[in-house]
Amino acid sequence: MLPVSYYIYLSLALFIIGVIGVLTRRNVIIILMSIELILNAVNINLMAFSRMWGSVDGQIFAIFIITDAAAEAAVGLGIIIAFFRNRPTVLADEMDLLKW
Amino acid sequence: MMLDSILFYFFAVLAVGSAILMVTRRNAVHSAVFLISTLLATAGIFLQLQAEFLFVVQIILYVGGIMVLFVFVIMLVNLDVAVRQMKFNRQSWVAGLLALVLGGLAIVVFRSGGGAFNLMASPVTTMPPNAEQVGTVLFQKYFLPFEIASILLLVAMIGAVVMAKRKI
Repeated sequence: MLPVSYYIYLSLALFIIGVIGVLTRRNVIIILMSIELILNAVNINLMAFSRMWGSVDGQIFAIFIITDAAAEAAVGLGIIIAFFRNRPTVLADEMDLLKW
Repeated sequence: MMLDSILFYFFAVLAVGSAILMVTRRNAVHSAVFLISTLLATAGIFLQLQAEFLFVVQIILYVGGIMVLFVFVIMLVNLDVAVRQMKFNRQSWVAGLLALVLGGLAIVVFRSGGGAFNLMASPVTTMPPNAEQVGTVLFQKYFLPFEIASILLLVAMIGAVVMAKRKI
C-alpha cells in the first residue's frame, strides 16, 4: 500500500473542489451534488486510515456516512421539488423569499 | 507495489479530473454524469485499499441509488431556463479564492503537524477477509448505531414523501 499521505492529499483535493462547487454555483441541484462529493472525500480518508491500522472500524463509519448521504439527498431533493412547485426556479440566489 | 501505484494514480487522476469537470459544466445532466465518474473512481480507490465490501456498497448505493434520484429530479425540474443563465454567482471569485486558501492552510497544517502520526511510512498489515469482518463488527460492536441509522433512513423517507406531496 502507498503511504497514507497520498490518500489524504487526494481526499483534500476532492474536498476543496466540492467546497468551491458549493460556494460558487447557482444551481441548487449542482450544490447538492457538490455536497455528495465532499462526503465522498471524507470516505476516502476513513478508508485509508482503516487500511493503515488494519481494522474495519473506519469502514463501518464510512457505511454510516453513506447512509447519511442517502438521507440527505432524499430530503434535499424533496425540498427542491416542493420549492419548484411554488416558484419555478432552481437558482440559489433567486430563492430570496426570506431575504430582507 | 508497482501495480498498486499505477492503479492509485489512474483512479486519483480520474476522480479529480471528473470532479473539476462536474463543478464547471453548465448543464446539470453533464454534471451528474461526471459525478458518477468520480464516484466510480472512488470505488476503485476503495478496491485498491482492499475494502471490497465498501466498493460494492459505493457502486450499488451511490451510483445506482443516489445518482438515479438526482437524474430523476433533474428531469422533473425544468432546467431549460437555467442552462442559458450565468453559471456562477456574484461572489464566486472571493468564494473560490477563500476555498483555495482553506486548502493551502490544510496542506500547511498537515505538513507541519502530520509527522506526529508517522503517516509517511507505508503500513505492512494486511486486511482480514473484508465482508465477513465488516458484518461481524457492524452487528456486534456497532449494533446500536446501526439501528439508529435505520431510524434515520425511515425518518428521511417519510420526510421526502411528505415534502414532495402535492397536498399535505
